[in-house]
Amino acid sequence: MYMLEVKDVHKSYGNLEVLKGISFSMKKEDTKVIIGTSGTGKSTLLRCINQLDSPDKGEIWLDGEEITKPDIDINRIRQKIGFVFQEFNLFNHLTALRNVSIGLEKVKGIPKEEAQKRAIKELKRVGLKNQAKQYPAQLSGGQKQRVGIARALAMDPTIILFDEPTSALDPELIGDVLDVMKSLAGEVAMLVVTHEMGFARNVADEIIFMEGGIIVESGPPKKMFQNPKKARTKEFLGRISTLYGKD
Amino acid sequence: MFETLAKSLPQLLEGLQTTLGLTILSLILGTLLGILLAAIRVYGRFPLPYLVMIYERVFRGIPLIVIFFLIYFGLSLQLGIGLDAFTAAIFGLGLRSAAYQAQIFRSAINSIPEGQMIAAKSLGMSKLESIQYIIIPQMLRLSIPGWSNEFTIVLKDTSIAFSIGVIEIMRQGRYIYVRNPDLTLYVLLLIGLIYFILVFSANKGLSYLEKKYKISGFEIGTER
Repeated sequence: MYMLEVKDVHKSYGNLEVLKGISFSMKKEDTKVIIGTSGTGKSTLLRCINQLDSPDKGEIWLDGEEITKPDIDINRIRQKIGFVFQEFNLFNHLTALRNVSIGLEKVKGIPKEEAQKRAIKELKRVGLKNQAKQYPAQLSGGQKQRVGIARALAMDPTIILFDEPTSALDPELIGDVLDVMKSLAGEVAMLVVTHEMGFARNVADEIIFMEGGIIVESGPPKKMFQNPKKARTKEFLGRISTLYGKD
Repeated sequence: MFETLAKSLPQLLEGLQTTLGLTILSLILGTLLGILLAAIRVYGRFPLPYLVMIYERVFRGIPLIVIFFLIYFGLSLQLGIGLDAFTAAIFGLGLRSAAYQAQIFRSAINSIPEGQMIAAKSLGMSKLESIQYIIIPQMLRLSIPGWSNEFTIVLKDTSIAFSIGVIEIMRQGRYIYVRNPDLTLYVLLLIGLIYFILVFSANKGLSYLEKKYKISGFEIGTER
């Protein structure tokens, strides 16, 4: 059975149809990477999955439950879907520790001490135990993003959506974040929008190439890189590999 | 002469207590209502933001003394709502201050990056929880400079409650100089000095709070 099923999802903003029927599915603990040029609806797709934007048409199923039904309790569903943002979006007024624990406390209703214990554990997991007391503004971009990942992990989600998690980072900080993400592969399902071809090639179970609001082609990294079916896939991967390096 | 002035000091200080009580109670009303109005203005559903906007326009567009007279002579005495002058003054000052404070809080909310709300929702917080735990704490810190300005305005404007017969510091002063007309100038100077000291120390205290509760890295008004 699939953990996540996206069925024929459409989304328009005014007259602009951003998603023109997207369908794919993920198993528990799958890692899938979505690639494609800017403006092809990759971020919109992620936002539709956790209903920060609601799709105009189509269905999304998570753990055998249709989450696009109008009467669904979306706050309950969002606890199961972690989200890691390109711009981190850490809570500016809270320490790294409280950034991670606040969801546990206020959403899951876990007592403060227990929540902070679990938050420390998650910070340790992303290598930031010593930064627990620091505020977002005192952290580097890479550290901020790792706190963002810890914040998502703490809620014990079924799947984490990553929206270009390394695009706002200095090149030398990207490695730390990617290492953390690699360490999560197989433990929690990940759907990652990224241009990091090394990550896509080495970690993804499947690469999804999107363009113009549709999925052009998808498949395991080996097939996508070595033997893509569509000429457009080949062209895009060739270009992006030159830009971002082959590994 | 200074002896008479010194003797009248306890009477002034009694008025000062009323002034301070009026200030604090009006500010509590104004701040709570101001936060609520600001939140409705930013996050409320039609037609609520428009109703709030009308409220703000009305209370910012009427002189305080008219608000006082409306509440006290109009609503309380003529229509028999039965508020005493002190309570009427609290409502007058508080309701007007709420209209101004709503503006301060609203601009603070608007300066909080949109991603904060989105991140809160993505954790499964409801809109109300996101506002309560993420938006309002940041909003309050960002509002301190504007709010301290409003604090001093309310403090000084309590003197207008004189007009509906609240026995605050100005009224007590008047009692003193009516009995001793040659003290008029000195009593008024003394009252002026007391207001000045209050406003001055309030500003100092609040700018200390601003530093203490600053959001690290998101300070406003830091030395540049």
